[in-house]
Order: sequence, then C-alpha cells, then structure tokens
Amino acid sequence: MSDKSHRSLLLRVEDLQLEGRSDETWTPIVKGVSFDLHKGEVLGLIGESGAGKSTVGLAAMGFTRDGVRISGGSVLFDGTDLVTASADTKRQLLGKRIAYVAQSAAASFNPAHKIIDQHTEAPVRHGVSGRKESEEDAMELYARLRLPNPEEIGFRYPHQVSGGQLQRAMTAMAMSCRPDLIIFDEPTTALDVTTQIEVLAAIRKIVEDFDTAAIYITHDLAVVAQMADRIKVLLRGEEVEEAETRRMLSDPQEEYTRSLWAVRSFKRPAKPAPALDAVPVISVQGVTAAYGKMDILHGVSFDIHAGRTVAVVGESGSGKSTTARCITGLLPPRLGQIEFEGTPLPGSFRGRSKDQLRQIQMIYQMADTALNPRKTIGQIIGRPVEFYGGLRGRARRARVEELLAQIELEPSQYIDRLPSELSGGQKQRIGIARALAAEPRFIICDEVTSALDQLVAEGILKLLADLQDELGLSYMFITHDLATVRSIADEVVVMKDGEVVEQGSKDDMFTPPHHPYTDLLLSSVPEMDPDWLSELLKERGLENIGDAASDRM
Amino acid sequence: MTALLYVLGALAALLLAAWAMRLAGRALSGNHPRFRDMGFGEAFGWVFAAAALVFAVWLYGREGAVFFRWAVQGFVIFALAAWLFRLAGRHIGTGGSRKLFRAMPLTASFGVLVVLIYAILAIFAGFIAPYGQAEILGAANVVPGGDPALGGNPAYPLGTDQIGRDILSRLIYGAQNTVGIAFATTCLAFVLGGSMGFLAATIGGWLDQLLSRAVDVLMAIPALIFALLLMTIASVWSARLGVPLTLFMVLIIALIDSTRVFRLARAVAGNIVVMDYIEAAKLRGEGLGYLIFREILPNALAPLLAEFGLRFCFVFLTIASLSFLGVGIQPPLADWGTMVRDLAQFINYAAFAPQAAAAPLLAAGAIALLTVAVNFIVDWMLHRSSGLKE
Repeated sequence: MSDKSHRSLLLRVEDLQLEGRSDETWTPIVKGVSFDLHKGEVLGLIGESGAGKSTVGLAAMGFTRDGVRISGGSVLFDGTDLVTASADTKRQLLGKRIAYVAQSAAASFNPAHKIIDQHTEAPVRHGVSGRKESEEDAMELYARLRLPNPEEIGFRYPHQVSGGQLQRAMTAMAMSCRPDLIIFDEPTTALDVTTQIEVLAAIRKIVEDFDTAAIYITHDLAVVAQMADRIKVLLRGEEVEEAETRRMLSDPQEEYTRSLWAVRSFKRPAKPAPALDAVPVISVQGVTAAYGKMDILHGVSFDIHAGRTVAVVGESGSGKSTTARCITGLLPPRLGQIEFEGTPLPGSFRGRSKDQLRQIQMIYQMADTALNPRKTIGQIIGRPVEFYGGLRGRARRARVEELLAQIELEPSQYIDRLPSELSGGQKQRIGIARALAAEPRFIICDEVTSALDQLVAEGILKLLADLQDELGLSYMFITHDLATVRSIADEVVVMKDGEVVEQGSKDDMFTPPHHPYTDLLLSSVPEMDPDWLSELLKERGLENIGDAASDRM
Repeated sequence: MTALLYVLGALAALLLAAWAMRLAGRALSGNHPRFRDMGFGEAFGWVFAAAALVFAVWLYGREGAVFFRWAVQGFVIFALAAWLFRLAGRHIGTGGSRKLFRAMPLTASFGVLVVLIYAILAIFAGFIAPYGQAEILGAANVVPGGDPALGGNPAYPLGTDQIGRDILSRLIYGAQNTVGIAFATTCLAFVLGGSMGFLAATIGGWLDQLLSRAVDVLMAIPALIFALLLMTIASVWSARLGVPLTLFMVLIIALIDSTRVFRLARAVAGNIVVMDYIEAAKLRGEGLGYLIFREILPNALAPLLAEFGLRFCFVFLTIASLSFLGVGIQPPLADWGTMVRDLAQFINYAAFAPQAAAAPLLAAGAIALLTVAVNFIVDWMLHRSSGLKE
C-alpha cells in the first residue's frame, strides 16, 4: 500500500448531496461528501448503518436507488460529470469502466442463468471482447481468484456454488471488462470469518494485479484496515474525517472515530470456575439430533453453570443453532438428553410444563422477525408477564415499566410504540426484556449482536453482562465473532460439523496449544493492524487459510 | 385489406412523429435530461397518447357517438365528484381521517365515494326509492331519460320495464338485495376459508394435506357450473324443506369462494408462522387460539382485507350471473343481474334509439361501477400495505 496520491486523478466527488423521499417530502440523507480517488487507489468508506455509505458508493457511479436523488455536488469520473451525464454516456461507462460488487452475491446473481453466462454479458454487450475470449478470460480470472476447478465452475448455476466462492465469482465478473474503478459494497459482511479471509485475500490480489481503483464500503474496521490505502469515516450523512490508513488507525483526530476504534475494548474478567460438585443449570448430554434422516448433531455434551456464560462458536452449518433448538425443545434429540438443574427435560417443548418453559428463554439474531410488528412494546413485554406471572392491568403495566427501565429505555416514551419505530439496537433490547419478563434462569442468545453496528453491539453486551451480575442468569451465547467471545464469555465450546471440537475456559481457549480448527478460527479474525493479512499470508500461505484449510480437517 | 393498409400507414406516421417529437424536444429544450434520456419507446408512447386524445375529441363531436359522449360526461362528473369528495375529506373530520385523505389518490377517493353512496342506497332503500320494487305501475316500457318527446315520462326518470315497474326504484332495491347478499356471502366465505387456511398453516401435517387436497378438488370444478349444479339440487331441497333458495345460494357461493380465500390465508399465514416471534410464542406455551388470533391474524390483515374487496366483486358478479341465468335471487325481488336479463332485448335498439337501449345498461352500469370502485380501493390498500413493508 504505497502512496498513490501523486498518480493521476480518476474520480473526484465534490460536495455530494443526496436526498431521500419519505412521507411525501425530500429529506437530506447525505449532506456534502467530497473525496478524490487516484488510479489504483483503494478508499475505505466506513460508518454505522444509516451513515449513507452505500448511497454514496452508488452515487459515485452516478446511480441512485428509487426514492433517492442527487440534489447537489458533482461526481467527476475521468473528466465526465456523472450527475449530469446522459443515460447513453453512463451506459457506456457502467459495467465497462466502473463496476459494482454487491453485499450479497447470492441475491445478486440471477439464479436462472449459469455464472459464466452472466460473466460474459458485460464484455460482449460493451463490445470489449467476443464471447469466446470472454469465457477464456473468465476462467483465467477464476484461477487468479483461487476458485476450485476454474475451467468448470463457471458452468454451474449460482445455487450450486458456496457463498464465499460466489462472492469471488462476482468479483471476477466485476473485473471482466478490466474497469478502472470497482465499488465493493460490504462484500464480506455475510460470510463466515474463515471464508471472509479468502475473499479478502482474493479481492486484494486482483485489485493490485490489475491496478484497479476501488471504493471499499464496510462497517468492519479491521477489514478496511487490510484493504484500503485511505479511510473515510461517515456519520449520519456527514464526513467525520479522512486520512491515510496507518495514520487513521494510529492517530484518529475526531472523538467519534476514536470511539469506533475503542469498541472492541470491552472485556469482563472471567469468573472463577464452578465448584466440582455444583449442579449445572443446563446440561447437554450426548445429544444426537437429526433433520429427517440426516444426523446434524453427533453426541454433543457440555454444561452451563449458574451465573456463567458459555459461548458456542463455529461457522455456519456447524450445528450451533441446532443445539439451541434441542435445548428449547423445538427439535427433540434422537439420542441423549437435556437436564435442567439435574432433572431431565422432555424432548419436545410440547411435553414441558409451563414452569420448565419459563426457565429457558431465547433472544434472537434478527430483532425484526423476533418481535411481532403489529404489537406495541407494552403488549410484547406484557404478554409473558401476564402469561407466567398472572399479572393484569396496573400490576402488569408496572412490571413492564420496570423491565423497560432495566434495559435502559425510558418506559413512558417507548411503551406504546411499535417495533418499526425503534432502532435495531432498541429492538434487540426489547427482545432481551421479553426474555427477562419470564424471569428465567437461563437465556440462549443466538447471534444477538451480529446484525448490529459495533457501538450498539457493545452496549447490548454490557447490558447482558450487567443483567447477569444482577439476576444471576446463565447464558448460552451462540456467535461466530471471536471478539464477542473474548469480551463476554467464561467458557467456550467450539463446534464443527455438528461435533464439539474443543471446550474449556476462555483463557485456555485463547492460549495455545489449540485444536487445529480453533487455531484456524482464531487466526481468521481480522485485526486492526494493516499488515495483518499480508503477514498471515506470508506465514501460512494461501493453502492454509479459509475454507481450503477447513475442508482438509 | 385497405383497412390494414390504413392501420399500417397510421402506425408509420406515428413512429415518424415520435422520432420528430423527440428530436424537436431535444433541440427546443437545449438537451434537457427529460428528452435527452428518452427512449424511442417512451417517445412513441407519448405520441400515441396524444393521437388517441385527438381522436377522442373528434369522436366526441360526431353525431352518432351518443354512448361515447355519455361515457366521457360520466367520467368527468365522477372525477370531479371524487376530487370534491377528497377535498372535503381533507378539511372535515378527525386528524386521522384527514391524514388518510391527504395521502389518498383520486382513484381511491372515487372508490370510497361510490361505495359510500351504494351503502346509503342499500341501507335506506325503503325511504329513497320512489316506488316499491314489485309495484306494477300503469305504463310499461317507458324509455329512460324522462323526455316525453322521446317516449319518456318525468314521473319515471329511468323509465319502466316490460310489466311497468319503475327501474330507478328497482335499481335502488337491487343495491339492497344484490350487494347485501354479496356482502353476507363474502363474510361467510372469509370466516370459513380464513379459519381453515390459518389452521392448515399453523398445524400443518396431515390436516394441511387433508384441507388442501379437499380445496383442490373443489377448485378443479369450474365455479359457475359447479354453482349451477348445486343450485339445481338446492332448488329441490328448498321446496321440500321450506327454506328460501336465497339462503342456499349464499351457502353455496360462500363454500365455493372460501376455497380461494383458504389458499390465500394459508399462503400468508405460511409466511408468518416461520417468523421468530411465532416461535417465541410457541416456546412460551401459548395455545392455538392465541397464536392464530393474536399473533398471525393482525399480520395477515392487510392482504386479507385487499382480498376481501376483490372477492366481494367476484361473489357479486356470480350472484348477478346466477340471477341472469334464472337460479339466483328470485322474482319479484329486484336484482341487477335479473334486470339485465329481462331488459336485454332493448340492446338491439342501440343504433337508432340510444335512450331505449340504455335501460338494460343501467343495471349493468351499476354492477360495473361498484366493481371498479371496489377494485380501486383494493389497489390502494395493496399499495399501502406493500409501501409499509419497505
């Protein structure tokens, strides 16, 4: 990442202003953003959700989503102002000289066409190359991006390829016309850490190989530190600051940037180990469970003791959530059993008593789907209060207000709102309050922070930690984010392919020697050091990272 | 052959005009983005619309185009009425209703206005109608319009039918009979289809299979023929049991239409039961009733209400067609479908006596107007519910 600012200017965005339409009026959503991008340079755009990163990214192509318009400023791409350019001019540029890589490749590929047919469309239509050459070029690009079977993979349909591979295929597609500028809109956010690292390495390599300029949009600072030459921070549609990556990481100027950098610092001390003869709150004993005839879990066993947090980590498909479904009784285990304070629980939730149901509560990953959109906050939290506690009328309302105060939301202000009138973090807090309303001993937290911005996620983690100290709750914390594990867990259970690979106290887990899979997980978590990826690649080589390594285990 | 040549020639002229229009627009507006980025298809659309408008103006002035003139006049009057109604709604009423009217498109306010008028007519038919629905008055076959020179009579503004009953009164009573029965039928269809659909989606398994396959069987038989068949059977029963045939008709149409409601309710609820909040409610130990009425129903309400409006139209048309075929609402009760059938032969006079030909069209127009109005409201509600999802 050498200094590229002396090179010729490719894109100049000046005082860009965008407006969005809501409730019949136009309201500003981006209030004047300016930046320069030189040839071959990578600019990282970071900010929380709603900061306007994606909108700016699209506007840099002269494109706006429906209900958004450019109200001022200019986007000069190689001398052409894309804001005022004709549709014809833009058609000539987009796809050919400017390309876009979307967040979810799975949702962006047309499932009805083969990958290579979609790949060759742009070069053929733009007259860059013929279909035959374009196909050969695609195979070469696939090879460069280290996709398995580059000769053959393009002839599959999108659903026949894994998420990480699809994201790389999409990067290859963006490269098909050898554009001068690529806009990456959170290309790795939806991927597992082990997969993410491969995609990051691939993107960085190809951007360097072809000397392409890029705008890299993400909310993950550690990722942007690996990718970008310069970083620009946005907050609610306004620029906060912009600087060269190293300087930005070592010496941020603004208060907001510093708070972003400090997010990962929350860490609570591990609790002392439980007494040997203590009865665990939840004991999972040799659970084997199946969907249909396929066994998904194979003899999973672990204990969760009173007042402690057990983090269950692993990539998607490792059986973390299935274990949770066994504990709650949604999926009765085929073999083995779940004990609650020494008493075996019936396999299915239908067979459990009201009190047994009360003791095990759940907080969901997506607060949007976990709260009924047609019920007010008071009704959502009030229902378990009434259902389990038998409180009605004024007593019920008083209890709801007490719970709202406990999750740090002002009762009078929020009790009559609908979930759609809350922010993501507030919704997640309501989910916590609903679980607390049952007065349980044990709560399953299923990826509760993965859909949230880092600052908000930290607030949720702190709240959960405080509630644990106050009420003596036990948590099963399902996550794939090891930073979360580091900050909140007492014990860690690592799962892979439906089996427990390793378990123990947090300190044991983070100090070597590791099980090879734990080691792979740990090493795949990006760090804030801009040299981290380069060093990791140098140390391990491309063969020993990501899915390639995981598959060999 | 020459007609084909004329059409082709007109098409070529329009294509040329579109190209010229775009070119002129670009030159005159100094390459404004509106014209600069306009595709040829869009330009053709504009030119075609302009040509259609010119043709309409020309047709309006022609001597023979009486029905076209009436249609245009009706359109303008209704548009104006809808606009005034919306204006009134924006300034009168509670804050909530005013906000509703502010966000309402003209089509929706037209729909609401028409439905309101129909509702008032149906409820107060006995007070509004000048004569009774079965009352046989002196003159038969009085031409609508009330102009004595053309065979009308000011006492019967919309004329009388072949046996001398006042058409205006029968139209008003028809609103009561046809719309009232259609409303009751639709409600029944929704209670039946909705509850079965929700049950199938929530419980699933064999119950879902059983209900869905039963519905498939019912849907496999063409609706109108099936209804006719059942009505024939029912007419025997109604005579034997002494139960009015109309009651059987309500039950039969409700059963047939509930299959469509079942499908929609099951599909909508199927999307809702997989939500985490339903899982949370199940894990809390909630019963089936709470799940269906408190968790699922509020979220399924928007599509179901939209379907209600649409289904109402279909039910209403089915009743009208059954009456037209002679097995629906029985005389002497006034019914729009029967009225169209009874007066149908007057259509033959359309070429030389448009006033006389209007008699059957009045009842048909009443049906059409309500159908259009309800669909406008449904469109608006669908738009609103999908807009909220964004």
